[in-house]
Order: sequence, then structure tokens, then C-alpha cells
Amino acid sequence: MSMNRREFMQLLAFAAASGFALNSRSALAGNADRFYDLPSFGNVSLLHITDCHAQLLPIYFREPNVNIGLGASKNRAPHLVGEYLLKAYGIKPGTPEAYAFTYLDFEHAAKTYGKVGGFSHLATLIKKIRAARPGSLLLDGGDTWQGSATALWTKGQDMVDAGKLLGVDVMTGHWEFTLGADRVKHVVDNDFKGKVDFVAQNIKTVDFGDPVFEPFVIKQVNGIPVAIIGQAFPYTPVANPGYMTPDWTFGIQEDHLQKVVNDARAKGAQVVVLLSHNGMDVDLKLAGRVTGIDAIMGGHTHDGVPQPVIVKNAGGQTLVTNAGSNGKFLGVLDFDVKGGKVADFRYKLLPVFANLITPDAEMDVLIAKVRAPYETKLAEKLAVTEGTLYRRGNFNGTFDQLILDALMEVKGADAAFSPGFRWGTSLLPGEAITMEHVMDQTAITYPQTTLTEMTGTTIKTIMEDVCDNLFNADPYKQQGGDMVRVGGISYTCDLTKTIGGRINNMMLNGKALDPNRKYKVAGWAPVAEGVTGEPIWDVVSTYLRDKKTIAPRKLNLPKLIGVEGNEGIA
Amino acid sequence: MNQARRTFLKSTSIAGAVAVAMFAGLLRTGKALAAEWNSAAFTAKTLDDAMKNSGYAGAAPSDDILIKVPEIAENGALVPVEATSNIPGTTSIAIFSDKNPNPLIAEFKFLNGAEPFISVRIKMAETAPVRIVVKADGKLYTASKDVKVTAGGCGG
Repeated sequence: MSMNRREFMQLLAFAAASGFALNSRSALAGNADRFYDLPSFGNVSLLHITDCHAQLLPIYFREPNVNIGLGASKNRAPHLVGEYLLKAYGIKPGTPEAYAFTYLDFEHAAKTYGKVGGFSHLATLIKKIRAARPGSLLLDGGDTWQGSATALWTKGQDMVDAGKLLGVDVMTGHWEFTLGADRVKHVVDNDFKGKVDFVAQNIKTVDFGDPVFEPFVIKQVNGIPVAIIGQAFPYTPVANPGYMTPDWTFGIQEDHLQKVVNDARAKGAQVVVLLSHNGMDVDLKLAGRVTGIDAIMGGHTHDGVPQPVIVKNAGGQTLVTNAGSNGKFLGVLDFDVKGGKVADFRYKLLPVFANLITPDAEMDVLIAKVRAPYETKLAEKLAVTEGTLYRRGNFNGTFDQLILDALMEVKGADAAFSPGFRWGTSLLPGEAITMEHVMDQTAITYPQTTLTEMTGTTIKTIMEDVCDNLFNADPYKQQGGDMVRVGGISYTCDLTKTIGGRINNMMLNGKALDPNRKYKVAGWAPVAEGVTGEPIWDVVSTYLRDKKTIAPRKLNLPKLIGVEGNEGIA
Repeated sequence: MNQARRTFLKSTSIAGAVAVAMFAGLLRTGKALAAEWNSAAFTAKTLDDAMKNSGYAGAAPSDDILIKVPEIAENGALVPVEATSNIPGTTSIAIFSDKNPNPLIAEFKFLNGAEPFISVRIKMAETAPVRIVVKADGKLYTASKDVKVTAGGCGG
């Protein structure tokens, strides 16, 4: 059982008294409100949420214990996990912050500190932070309209309404586009009209290269012109089905971005911020090459990074942040603008502890209304899990293993592939797995499952291809997802090699994979158009209803080569 | 958003297609044009042969050639390539891609000081460099950028 607000505060006080860390402010506090007392600073404040993946209610979310960085990214944010992350940012183990930023002691900490996120809790927190920061802006980095059953079933309408009620000022996108180009345009031209600026400098029409959305917006913040430029996920038509946005082309568009920055400055912007869905590694490279951006507030890679990385470039410096996922964090960036430019800043990535925050009544009403027609379906208990279920990690997660096991058994396959998505909530041992939980892992607009005959060579080619999207030495050639989850086939992954040489020693049932033999491989989420097949949530729920009790999963993880001394793996 | 331009083009696209087909037909039968087409260069199967046969081998690297290609192709069958030569006296620009079955993709000649800028869509089967070779005042210059062609899926 998770504790209520009063118990939580008592624990904070006790932990502080017994020398158990906590940060000094909350230790002194003794009341919940003080935990979120964040002194205001400067004259331009930007609040940032990203990648909430349509999680309207508080959830559990286990951070990864494998998030490897190579080359220049090795042992640097965001590629620090567990104790390495705590050490780098001076966070004490056993504290609420350690629970928020790392996987350490997850089950115990989750029971102690409870769920995180939730739009009603986020709404209260945002109101509190904004009250001390008049004129502040709320930025939404996207991946907001996808990730839950209700978002899928309402075509994102629940999240469109929730975002508006939350007070989002500027937004960009990624998974939004998997609802289809027409749906996104409809929301932007109707629901958002005059209320939310949807910006993306890197989306153009395929035919003439015309802009699809406004590239940026200039907002007056306490009399200071602040430009927010949008950067949608550059590889949307590659990583997701291109047929969803057939007339649009994406890409990083670095040259165009520089022009847009210069344009914004020429129009008088004293602060220029890129609201980015590039992913943090791409943002870090970009920050060193494009000048005139004060901060890149990023998402996509779901990295909860406590402090900005400061990147020097020819024009000065750019702050790069990443604000985690699933509604777990609220980023607060305060700029002090003097003499027409940024003189100083403060940044805090606030974890949203649901037990510490009184939910906002108005948002509660909206959420209850959205869920009402679906409550019975969402609440169906399919099975009970004996182990922790989570997704996040470079190579596999227990919930993904469960999906692979279900696919192989239900489809009668030799092996299975499941996409390396980074969204999906976590469950604690003993919890019932409901239909809602299954949808949290699978709710996409291209859910078809497939059973395909593939040769050993084809299987290796696919695995090499996805692995390169994760570990290509050039961040601009990475896509920001994790490795495809593989069921049935063991392998080694040599991170010292390049594409074609990383995946080796592939074995199925103790035998080496035959390059020429055909194997039955199950999968889901095809990016090609016209694929038919039972939705993945039906396959998984069938399996769960049949099993009733889910024993702790045995993760199929590759043997890794080249990770000695890497602080991205625990 | 240039909707009017797009609508206009859609309404005229059928006539346009006919015109293109006729033009293509003329090209195929035009003996004078066919004689100029460098078969040995365009049918060569390796990068070295294609460069040698087209007279573009041995170019010196240059920062004055600007190339715009996607880092990752959205569609390997239609990869947009833009190239600009800032080298004075540019008379031709050629495009090569190492792993295409015929690595010489196109050659453009610029007469009488025409602006040396090209924008085309090329087909690529797999990840490879796109190489631009420029001839200016009889000398050869080159630059290249990698384009990644991936199977897709599994993102974010």
C-alpha cells in the first residue's frame, strides 16, 4: 500500500531527522507545500512537460538500468544510470529524488513514495509554480496524444482537452502524427486556434517544401519577446508509418533551423528556445552547431536529467534539458534577461509525487468524464503479476518479455520481435494486470500482429538495422528508440563494432541460427501500409486471461561486449 | 500554403504526364542525343569504373560544394539531393552513390555561366555516401555526405 500525503510527510520528516538525506528544503519543511517551494528567479520562466504519453492518472514508472552511451556520449548525461546518476548530480540514495531519477530499490521506493504524475496533480503543481512566476509559459514537447486506451479511443481528444485545461501555451509533436495528418491539422486549426501554438520548423510539404505549421511563435513575457521554435521528431515517417503523413517531410533541417533562429532574433526575440522532440543526443550535437539558441528543452528519449547540459558553440552557449516521461516531471527554467539578453538562469526538474499534491478539482472532473464510458473495459483484471513489470531499458524490459512470450505462444512462433518503445508504465509485484495496463504498453494506431517466415539472414539484418538506430556513432543518425526486443533468440551485441558486425552468436533453442533456413517470427506494429492481423492487445490479453498468474519474467538479454566502465549500465 | 498552386498542378497533371511521355519518346529516338550519352559511364557497376569512364576520377576535396541530403532517408526510392557549387567557372556537376547498381546517377552541364545548383530525387537501396563531383575550369572537385537507408519502425 502506498502512503497517504500525511504519512509521506511524516516519513520525509523522519528520514531527515535520522540523517537520511532528502534535500534540505523538504527536510525542513514538515508540510507538503514546502516541498514544492521553488524560489522564483529572473523575469522569464518556462515550464516544460514532455512525453506524458497520455497518462492522465498517476502511475509507476521505473527508470532504466541500461541506457548506454558510446564514444563522446559515454558516461555523460543522459547516459548515466542508477548510482552513477546519483553521484553525478549529488542525489542521496534512499531519497524521493533517487526514486524519481533512478531504478534503484524500485519496488520498495515505489511502495514508500507512491505513484508519480497524473494530470490533476500536475495541474495543481503548475498553478503553484506559475503563481510565483507571472507571465510564465507552459511548453509541451509532444507525445501527449498517444500512450493510453482513452487517447487511442478518443483519437487524442481527451489529451487535447486536458492539455488546454492544463494551460499549455506552445506544443510540438511526434506520436500525435500517428493519428494521421488530417487529425493533427484539425486539432491545430480548431481546438487549438487562438489558444495553443503548435510549432514545427522541420515539417514541410513533400511537393513544394512549404511549411505545414508555424516554425515559431514570439510571446511577450513580462515585456520581453521570447521565441519558442518547434522541432518535431525528425524521423517520424521512418520510425512510424509514413503513410500517416504522406504529404509531409521531416528531418532535422539544421540549416533551416539556423535561418529560423536568425529570423526570430531579427524580429526582436531576446530569448530563443527550441522546444524539441529530437531526443537528447541529437539535441546535444545540434546545440554545438546551431548558434543563437538559449535553451533546447527536449524530450523523446525520456531522459529525466536533473540539470541542463551546457554546450558551448560559436555564438556562446546553449542549455540542453530533457524532462523525462509519463507526466513524472515538470521542468522549470527561469531566465534573468538583462539588456536584451539572457544573463543568468536557474533550472529544476521537479518530480511529480502524487501523494504530495492535492489533485486539481477541475482536472479531476475532466478526467472522470473522459474515462466514464470506458471504465468497465479498462478495469478488467486479466491476471496478477508476481514480479515487477516495466519496459524501459536499451535491450529489454519485463513487460516486453511478457509481450514476446504471449506472441510466441499465441502465434506458435519460433521467435518474436517487439518494438523498442520507451513509453509504457510499470506494475509492482502483486498488482492485477488490467486491460488499461495492457493498453498502456500497446495503444497505437497500427497495432496489427504478424507471423512472418524469415531466414536467419533476414533476422540478423533487421536486428543490425535497429541496433544501428540506437548506437550509430553519429547522433543525427540515431532515432531515439531502444533495441528491438527479441524473443526466442539469444545473441551477443558487440558495441565496439558498426552495423553488420554487432549482432553475433545468434542461437535458437541451443542451435546456431541457420542463415538460409526459414523461421516463423511473430511481431507487431508494422510500419508498412495495408498489413492485417489481430491487434496486439488482443493477443496479450488472451494470453493473460489464460495464465491468470504471471510469474517473474526471465529477460532475454544479449551478452554485451564493449561496456566495461560504462556508467550507462548497472 | 500555396493551395491554389497545388490545385492548379493537380488539374493539369494529366496533360503534363502526356507531355512528359512524348518528350521521353523523343529522347529515346533522338539519335543526336543518344550519341552524347556516355554509356560506359552510366552502365559502369563500380564507383571506380563509373568515375573513370565519366572523366570524374581523381577529384580534390572541396568545402565549396554544398550538399543537402537527409541524414536518414524517409524513402530510399526518393531521396532528395541538392547541390550547389561555389567554385568559379563551374561547368558540370555529377552525382555518384557508391552502392547503387550503377553508381553514376546523373550529370548536369552548365553553359554560359548558368547557376551551378541542382535539386533532384535519387533512388538508393542501402546506406551509402552521396558524392558530388564538380568540374570547374577543367579541374575536378568533390564532396560527399552519407545518407542512411533503414528498414524503419521501432522508434520512440
